[in-house]
Parts: sequence; structure tokens; C-alpha cells
Amino acid sequence: MTILAFVFAGILAASLPLLLAALGEMVVEKTGLLNLGIEGMMALGAAVGFVAVYLTGSHVLGLAGGALAAALLSLAFAGMVLGARANQVAAGLAVGVLGLGLSALFGASYESFTVSGLPKLAVPALSDLPVLGGLFRQDVLVWAAIPGVVVLWWVLERTKAGLVIRAVGENADAARAIGYDVVLIRAGAVAFGGAMAGLGGAYASTVLTPLWAEGMIAGRGWIALALVVFGTWRTGRVTLGALLFGTLVLGGLAAQAAGARVPSQLLASLPYLVTIVMLCILSAGRRRA
Amino acid sequence: MPAPLLSLHGVTKRYGPVLANDAVDLDVAAGSIHAVLGENGAGKSTLMKLIAGVERPDAGRIEWDGAPVAPSSPAQAQRMGVGIVFQHFALFETLSVVQNVALVIPGRQADLARRIRDTGDRFGLPVNPDAMVHRLSVGERQRVEIIRCLMLDPRLLILDEPTSVLPPQAIPPLFDTLRGMRDRGMALLFISHKLGEIRDLCDTATILRGGRVVDRVDPRDRTPTELAQAMIGRDMPPRVRAVPRMPGTVRLSLEGVTWDNPDPFGTSLSDVSLGVRSGEVVGIAGISGNGQAEMAAILSGEVTLDRADAVTLMGRPAGRTGAADRRRAGLAFVPEDRLGRGAVPDMSLSDNTLLTAHGHGLTWRGFLRHARERAMTSAIIANNDVRTPSAATEAGALSGGNLQKFVMGREIALAPDVLVVAQPTWGVDVAAAAAIRARLIALRDAGCAVLVISEEIEELFEICDRMHVLHHGRLSPSLTTADVTPTDVGRHMIGAA
Amino acid sequence: MVRLMRRDRASRSAMVAAPLLALGAAVLVSLILFAALGKPAGVALHALLIRPFASWYSFSEVLLKAAPLMLIAQGLAIGFRANVFNIGAEGQFVMGAVAASALPVLGGDPSGPWVMPLMLGAGMAGGLAWAGLAAFARDRFGASEILVTLMQSLIAVQVLNYLLLGPWKDPRGFNFPVSVMFPDAALLPILLPGTRTNVLLVFALLASVLAWVLMRHRLTGFQLLVGGLAPGAARYAGIAPRRAVWLSLGLGGLAAGLAGAGEVMGPLGQLQRSVAAGYGYAAIVVAYVGGLNPLGIVVAAVAISAVYIGGDAATVSAGLPVPAVEVFQGLLLAFYLVAFVLVRYRIARMPGPATRAATPRRGGRPRTFDGPVPSAADGGP
Repeated sequence: MTILAFVFAGILAASLPLLLAALGEMVVEKTGLLNLGIEGMMALGAAVGFVAVYLTGSHVLGLAGGALAAALLSLAFAGMVLGARANQVAAGLAVGVLGLGLSALFGASYESFTVSGLPKLAVPALSDLPVLGGLFRQDVLVWAAIPGVVVLWWVLERTKAGLVIRAVGENADAARAIGYDVVLIRAGAVAFGGAMAGLGGAYASTVLTPLWAEGMIAGRGWIALALVVFGTWRTGRVTLGALLFGTLVLGGLAAQAAGARVPSQLLASLPYLVTIVMLCILSAGRRRA
Repeated sequence: MPAPLLSLHGVTKRYGPVLANDAVDLDVAAGSIHAVLGENGAGKSTLMKLIAGVERPDAGRIEWDGAPVAPSSPAQAQRMGVGIVFQHFALFETLSVVQNVALVIPGRQADLARRIRDTGDRFGLPVNPDAMVHRLSVGERQRVEIIRCLMLDPRLLILDEPTSVLPPQAIPPLFDTLRGMRDRGMALLFISHKLGEIRDLCDTATILRGGRVVDRVDPRDRTPTELAQAMIGRDMPPRVRAVPRMPGTVRLSLEGVTWDNPDPFGTSLSDVSLGVRSGEVVGIAGISGNGQAEMAAILSGEVTLDRADAVTLMGRPAGRTGAADRRRAGLAFVPEDRLGRGAVPDMSLSDNTLLTAHGHGLTWRGFLRHARERAMTSAIIANNDVRTPSAATEAGALSGGNLQKFVMGREIALAPDVLVVAQPTWGVDVAAAAAIRARLIALRDAGCAVLVISEEIEELFEICDRMHVLHHGRLSPSLTTADVTPTDVGRHMIGAA
Repeated sequence: MVRLMRRDRASRSAMVAAPLLALGAAVLVSLILFAALGKPAGVALHALLIRPFASWYSFSEVLLKAAPLMLIAQGLAIGFRANVFNIGAEGQFVMGAVAASALPVLGGDPSGPWVMPLMLGAGMAGGLAWAGLAAFARDRFGASEILVTLMQSLIAVQVLNYLLLGPWKDPRGFNFPVSVMFPDAALLPILLPGTRTNVLLVFALLASVLAWVLMRHRLTGFQLLVGGLAPGAARYAGIAPRRAVWLSLGLGGLAAGLAGAGEVMGPLGQLQRSVAAGYGYAAIVVAYVGGLNPLGIVVAAVAISAVYIGGDAATVSAGLPVPAVEVFQGLLLAFYLVAFVLVRYRIARMPGPATRAATPRRGGRPRTFDGPVPSAADGGP
């Protein structure tokens, strides 16, 4: 398989955990909150998802369990910030530490275990194309994500629910004055963000690389946070950013496989370096505008 | 007389030690305009919040159509038939008019746009449903807010200080609209402290003082003086009459300031020039949102300009000088938002003194002198009648009026050469407002150059030697107070001069 | 129903009570969790809370670990109070350790009284430079220091790996990823004879005093606080926000770098991968649970360190998995943030059935990553 074919085949799946987590956080931030705990929620989703798939063999249970566990954890964030009026940064960090710890705790006796992933569903004819063919052989979650992104965009931009989310984010006092339960709406958004992060984590540990290793999320939660900034809170741009990062990670792997004479640590650092550079460029652009 | 639509019996609301509403009784009949009259801090806003379901009373009962109700949320009050036009509108700037309406009224946006036009036509409130709210003037926003209320077919419409954001010319048309609503059988609750308007518009007035109902009158039968006495409990303080005096040299000036606001929802300034001399009070009239906040930030140094000579302070170019250095050069500034800008809510009053007064002997080689800080704070509290348990109380725990007195007192205590004040009497009661105005005159007489930005035209006429009007980021020529009338100023406020 | 009423001023008794309440709640929930995992909860509790203080030696180990936690947390707390969120102390710690190791690794077998100060200085410079990059990115480009410092931490670990697997690997180290053992001249003096507790504890206590002087008695500290509590008021008073960025990240980097140097010059005695053991992250918990207050941080550093030592003991005696300590820290921080509400608010009873649970304390502009999105409650500890 050529490097290019390898990248095309894997790009969508590699981007999916980032995409799910980033879109979830985008909704949270649209209501005016900031949950820094994505890394921990993804890790918890990954651990719970993996253990569930390992024990039951059901990916449905694994993905749902991962999403549910992370959503419950995110509600702890909601409780701290909306109930006890805690500082959002500190509350997000608390959720992050807790999620990472819980994931390591639950996963401790499953270290390096593997499960089987999900079968690829191929589009006839298109999947036989040279080089690009791999793009049309994906698992069911990737296929589901494509309409999913469109639906999310439609809800946020074209429905009253999206209008309410924007209104709460812009001016919570006014939203309350015209009769909306701001706390409930924000808590709902936080739970959605948690579920999406958990789903992304569970996908990473049970489908993308179906094995459990502590620390396997490896900063992807933080990159998802950065993606929301890159995407300027727009569904399409966040999706594009996730795809770019997926490509980057995959390209690094491909370069390594092809025997590029670059230290592996540099390749491992690449997503983080690119994140910093992109943050600087995009923040500077916004500052000038 | 028919049974009242809304009636309150012994409604009481307490915030900590403050009794905001004390056994208030109120009856509002359909087809009438009922005024709630009271000065700042009398409990008007609290009463409105209780009726609107934003807060719940500690005691007493509310009846609607003769049946007891307990609105526990704004949504519930809305369903009951209560509409509110907030003083600070509950509108969303990044959304269009029709989207703002869609948040409250169900329906497709195309249908809503048509209904917005219809309602506007019927009540004389023209607005473009597709306009973005941040592009609208304050008067237009008020129309949007009123239309949004009307589309819910309320039986009771509450208006909180609705004229405070309007130029004088826009008030009679609003009143015509409100009378039209009354004639269709609606009940209106008109909350205000402006006596003339109440006598002009309302058929009943309930007067609140210190959280209690002190009188119920037909305002048309009373003179403004009688209403004022009932409102503040004694005679109106005498108006300060500034004796004209010869001003000295120019201490603060703007030369052709043109500033593009990076905030898409803000106002840009174009070619603004003005000068304030030692020993004079210059006023900036106009409705907020026309560049007042931007101009204040440029004067204070919170926003610096590219051109140093665009701002001159004490004879030196200061356009590129930051706020701290301008203070060192003799400038003091009272901003329009006291909480979070003029004062740190979570810090004690003592520390809030330190905020701007640290250059006045409160530090030694960078070390803080806590005892001096407390002494200066106590002096500010005593000299300005700031009602607070102690100097250690946090600024955020003070009422708006008391915090205003504190911030004002602190800036005056700095003995500035130049004082810029935005909305000097916002939120304070009548007596304190008179005291503040007197202090501004005293500062002027001591040779300070004073610039006052205010929405209250009466206030500017009382204390200013000259004034300008700010409209759409442009400044009118200087108007000498003695030579103009409020109507002249009003024409500049709508850009008609 | 209950609702929250703002206090006139922050309650001092609640400030003391909040961490204690949080500790109680965290212990309780952890015990339930451990029992659910089938571990003997009583044994675990004893190991966590009693064992660290049961012998002089284990207490000295608590002090050994408390020193870097305290040092880092003092630096971080200054930034947190100024709303500059350096959450990458781990990276600054690692780079401090790396910079301090350069001399013994590259400089042959140095000896003499100048070795130690030089290495400590190098450690501080390493942490400062690493944090300085984040300060530059924030100041020059407006890039969120939260994300930049965190990314830098992940990169720092890769730098460490690269050095230990490549150029800095001890040629006689049996291919283990470790540097050469440091000479005696490069090791910090032991403070308490017979233990491993070294003079870094003195540096940490000194830093605590300096932090207290800065935040309580210096105009600069006051201005940092203003910038954190009310950015609008800071602008109004002419307090430059970029100064807060540089000062906060600079002090945080200095402290973390010094702690990193102390780790390789103390208990490790060489540069190893285990230097990135999470002190930088644990110090965030220490800073918050210590109320972002210099004295509170001293106490919190000892407490969290004891949890580490106790956790080690519990893995042996109660078969507790190693990550249990991290879970406990997370719970402690979460419960602390909940309990902290009592410092600023009274719980009052509300008449009637329904109420609005929580309304953000004040409207105003929000803190997301420099984004257009307004937020709810800012402030808190």
C-alpha cells in the first residue's frame, strides 16, 4: 500500500475521536461555558468503553457506556460551575484529573488487552479506486458521523434550539428574563459535550486502536479544545480542523513506516507543535480583525 | 369600579438586612395606566421582579383576576399575561429582530416577520424585522422589545423607566402608543421617577418610599412639587445654581479624534474635538450607545490612540499615554459601570481605595501601607455618606447608589486637576444626587476642569457651563448652557440640528 | 428550597472549613469506591491517612515530596489569582530538570562549590525559558496560555525521552533510558540526617514567604489580584495586562524549574524518565486546595504529599491500584470547589416550592479562550 493510500484510508477514522470531542465542546462553549476536562472525559469513555466491549463483546454497549460515563462526569462539572459557582478553569481541571484517574483505575487490570474492532463497510465500485479507494471503506461510526455533522450544523444554525443556545451564550441574563431556564440549558449542553467526548474516547479504544493502554488519549482532549478555537465555533470549520489533525497524525505514522530519518519523539510532538503554531497564527489573526 | 386585574396584598421582600418591599398593596385595573413612582432605591424594581416571577415574595399574596397566583418564573408570568419592557432590554445583539422575537413567540420566521410588521403598524412602532439588533438605535430596540411583548397579547404591560433611553422628541409618540394600548383595554404599569411624565400619562400613581407605599393619588390632581415631596419625604433639595465664572487654561482636549471601533457592535468616533478648561464644567449630552463609552475610554487612557497629539492633558500630548500615566498627570475618572470597572466587586472598600489612590501616599517603595489605606477609606466613607458596615465590606455587597457615592468620593479625594465623570448620579437618591452635583460645582470653583457625560439633560443644565451633544460618534458644536433650551439639545440628540 | 446569598465579605472560618469538608467528602467517596472495587477500605484508609505520619522516616518522605509540590504550587497560585492559567508546570519542571542535568551530563565529572548553584540556576532558567515561550505566545499573539503550556508539557516529555534514549543516555547504563549518576558536588545537601529530605524544602518555605509578601504587602501583588478578579477594573486603573502574563508565567516557570532541578539533584541523583511523575499536575490541586493562599499551600502540599506516600503504602497493604491516588486528588479538588461556595455565599432558606438554583454572580464578560462566547460564573477561588 502506498503512503497516500494509507493516509486516505485512515484519515476519517483517525479524525473521528477529535471531531466528536471538539463538536461536543463547541456546543458547551456556545452556551457560554468552558469545560477544560475533555481529556479526562475522553479517557473515562475510553476505559469504560473498552472494559464493556471486553466483557460483553458488544460495541453498542461499549460506545453507549463510554458516552454515559463521560456524560455523568461532565455533570459533576456542571454541578461545580452552575450549582456551586466554582471557577470554570479549576472545575474543568478537576474533572480532567478525576477522569484520568478513574480511567486508569478501571483500566488497571486490562492493560494491553485487545478487543476486535468493527468491520469496514465498503461502498461498491468506489472502494476499488486506486489510491482513494480506502476512503470508501469505513466502519459504521464513520459513516454515521457524516450525516451526524450535517444534522448538528442544521440544529445549531437553523432551528429554535440552536437559537436558544446562542442566546444563552450571548446574554444569559436576558435569556433568563425572557423565560429560559439557563441553568438547565447549560447543564444539558455540558452533558452533551461529555457524551460526545466519551463517545470519542470509546471509539478510540474499541474501534480505532482496539486495545487498552493507560494514557492512550495522549492529549487528544486538549487538541479538541484547541480545535474549537481554530474552528471559531463553526461546525464546518471545526470538522475541517479535525480532519487536518487526523491527517497530520496519520502522516507522521506513515512517514515513520516509510523509514523517514526523523526521531520518533519529533513525530510524536508534531500535533502539539502544530497546535501551538496554529493557536498563535489564528489568535493573532482574530486580534487584528 | 371593576375588579382589578392585578392586585398585591402585603407583599414583602427582604434582601439580607434590607427590606426592599414592605407590605406593599397595589391594584392595577384593566384599561388604565398605573404609575409606580419612587426614587432610586425605593423598591420599584424589586416590586416589578416579584410581579414578573423573577423573584418570589417572602410574605403577602398576589392575585390575578381575583385568583391567587404565585408566579415562580418569568415564563409562568408570561403565560399568565404579564409582559415586561426592561430598562436594559432583554435583546440579543448578534441576532436579528425576527430571531429575537422567535425566542419568545412560536412560529415560522417568515410568519413572525409579517406579524412584527403588522403589530408595528397597528401600534405606531415601525421596525424592520430582518435588521440585526446591534445595528439598531436604542429607540428602535425599545420598539422591538415592546412589539415582542405585544405579540404575546399581554393583559398587563410593565414598562421600567421607558423614557430614560429616549430623546425628548421621541417621548410623546411613545405615550400616544401607550394610550392606544390602554384604550384597547390593556393595563399598563409605568415605573418612573419622572414627575412630569407621570402627570402627563398616568391615571393613578402609587408612591413608594423606602420600600413602603406612602400614598396613592391621581397624579393629574397634584403639582410636581407635591408628588416630589411624597416621593422623597421632604422638600426637594434646592437646585445647585452654578455662578458663572471665568475659566482658565485648557487642561484636557481632544483634537480631531477619529477612531474605528474594533468591536463590530460598538460605535466609532469621527472627528471629535473638544476642550475643557480649568474652572468649567463641560457636559456631553446624548443617549448612551452613541459613542459615550468609547469617548470616555479614550479620555481615560483605557484606549490609547496612534497619534499622541490627539489628546492633550495638562498641556502635554497624551494620546499614546496609558491610564496609569494619565492619572499621574492629574486625571481622575468615574466610569459609567462601577462594578467590575470603577471598583473590584470581590475586594474590600479599602482595597478599592488602593486601586486608584496608591500614588497618594499609600505605598512606600512598593510596599503597601495598610493603615493609611484604611484611614483614607474611612474618610471617603464618612465624607460621602456611603452606607456600609465597614471599610472591610466588599464593594460587590454595596447597593448601586452607595457604590457610586464611594467611587465618586474616591476620585474626588484624589484632588484631580481634571475630572471626567460618566453618569455621576446614576442609581443614587435625590438627596445624594444633589450632594454629588454640589461637589462637582465645588471642584470646578476650586479650579478643576470637569467633564460630565450624562443621559440626564436636566442634570447637565443644572451644572454645566457648556455642553456638546454626542450622536452617532459625532460631537455637536459647543452649546453655551445659558443660551440653549432642552429642546435645542434634543434636536442634536436625534441628529436633526 | 435553598438559595445562595452573597456574604458581605469572604468568610474566614469557611476558608478553613472548606478544605476540611472536602477532605472528609473525598475520603468517604474514595472508601466507597475502593470497597466497590473489592479492596479492604479500612486498611486503605489507615495506609492513606495514618501511615505517612506513623514513623519519622515516612514523615520525612512526606516532606521530601512536599517540597517540589509546595514550590510549584506557590508559583502557580500567583498566576491563578491573576487569571493567568499556567497548567503546564509539568513541562517547566521537566525542562528545569533537563537544564540542570546538562552540566553533569555534558561537563564530564564536575566538582567544586560552584556546581550546585550553577545547576540550580540552570534549572530555574530552563523552567523560565519554557514558560517564557508561552508568555510570548500569549502576549504577542494572544494564544491561550492554558493550551500552549499544556501542549508544551506533552512536548517536554518527548524532549526528555529523546535525550534519554539518545544523546544523554548513560553509555554504561545497560541501555536503560537514564543519564549518568550525578557526582556528589551536584547533589543537594540533606536537611534531616538519616533521611532523604534535602534543602529544597528550605527553598520551598522561603518561596512561600516571598509569595506571601508579594501577594499581601506589595503593590505589584495587589495589581495582579485586581487583574484576576476584575480585568475591567485593571484596565481602568491602568494596570498593564501583559505585565501580569509575563510575571505570572515567569514566576511559575522559575519555581517549577527550580523544583525540577531539585528532583534530579535530590532523590533521583540522575536524569530519568520518572522525573515526569506528575508533580506539575498535582501542584495545580495543591494550589487550589490551599485556597491559592501561600500559607494554605504549605499545608496543602504536605497533605497531598502524604496522600502520595500513603497511596504507595496502600498499594502494598491494601492492594490499591496506583491510580487511586490520582482519583483521590481529583475528588479532593472537586469537593473543594463545591465547598468553597460557602466562603462567598450563605445558604439561605427560600420560601415556596420552586426557585432558580444558581444564577451566575454577575453578567459581564466571560472567559473562554479569547472567544466571542460569553460565559457564566467566573471568579470563585
